[in-house]
Amino acid sequence: MSDLAETDRGPSPRAVTVGQIFGAFLLIGATSFGGSVVAYLEASLVGKRRWVGDETFVELLSISQTLPGLNATNLAILVGDRLRGTPGAIAALCGICLPGALLMYVVGMTFHAFGDRPLVTAMLRGVAAAAVGLILVTTLQMGRKSLHGLVDLVFVALAVIGVSTLHLSVLTVLLGVGALAIFWHRPRRERQGSSQ
Amino acid sequence: MNQVPSLLRVFAYLSLLTVGGGMAAFPELQTLAVNVHHWLTAQQLVQLYSVEQMAPGPKMMMIVSIGQWAAGFAGAAAVLVAFLLPTSVLAFFIGRLWTRLERWPWRASIQRGLAPVSIGLLSAGFLTVARVALTGVVTVIITVVVSAILLRSRANPALVVLGGALVGLVALR
Repeated sequence: MSDLAETDRGPSPRAVTVGQIFGAFLLIGATSFGGSVVAYLEASLVGKRRWVGDETFVELLSISQTLPGLNATNLAILVGDRLRGTPGAIAALCGICLPGALLMYVVGMTFHAFGDRPLVTAMLRGVAAAAVGLILVTTLQMGRKSLHGLVDLVFVALAVIGVSTLHLSVLTVLLGVGALAIFWHRPRRERQGSSQ
Repeated sequence: MNQVPSLLRVFAYLSLLTVGGGMAAFPELQTLAVNVHHWLTAQQLVQLYSVEQMAPGPKMMMIVSIGQWAAGFAGAAAVLVAFLLPTSVLAFFIGRLWTRLERWPWRASIQRGLAPVSIGLLSAGFLTVARVALTGVVTVIITVVVSAILLRSRANPALVVLGGALVGLVALR
């Protein structure tokens, strides 16, 4: 946290140019095949380039996960801003999104043209079934990291029931169960003991 | 009919729901893109998302394909801006405020409270995808095998998903 405070204002100890930021994020955007992009960001920004410290990265990741928005794009904004202010944030965001967006533009057009051929459909159905497994494992791993105790499981269950069974809108569930969970974990006075 | 205004509205709204990850907004994405606006079918949506698991970069860039189908290049650009701008601006300003919020006791409460809710939303997104993708015994077997491989090894998920395509080619024709 002290690490964050130090790098919070002004450029980082080593001045990084906007071009370098764009280049680094473009490379991650183009090569992060498989698994979470966050892991690739960590390897590049903390490991290889040493643009951010370990603690700062963890702190910025936790902000990214709390806020709406994709974790990878939020992280790009936060890291880019810390390295080079507003231009750095814009460069990082554009860099990380551009390769995937261009690729999906082309994939989308191809999909539209050939998606209903029987052989292609067979492959796509296999891919979709495999993706279900990937989403399941990703969700399980995230849950194992961030859930603590029975009450968290209750909030998970409430959110799932709200969206999947009652078919409430995600916004309603986010605001409703979110408010409930935040209130449950509300700040307590010292004498009542910490909720953590 | 010009779809660009609808695309802007829908994807700006969806972006604000992605707490914890893009998958959190998936049930709403399906409702709006498939049932309300008929930009694509539920199968196509799930397949696009799944194909993207083999692509690099942040997942959910497949929304670009939806924009392209609905309104060509303008649609793709509109979707991308609408989906990225609101949350990026928010992250930018909250990021700058964050250290100052450290003494605000509710900061920890919000983080602590939203964590399980986001896992719940991701799980609901998972169920939405599973309902569409799991159509028979073969697909269920693929899901189970893929889950086991990913849980027990450090195999690259992109390659494992690619393996699903090959199995599909042989067994789902």
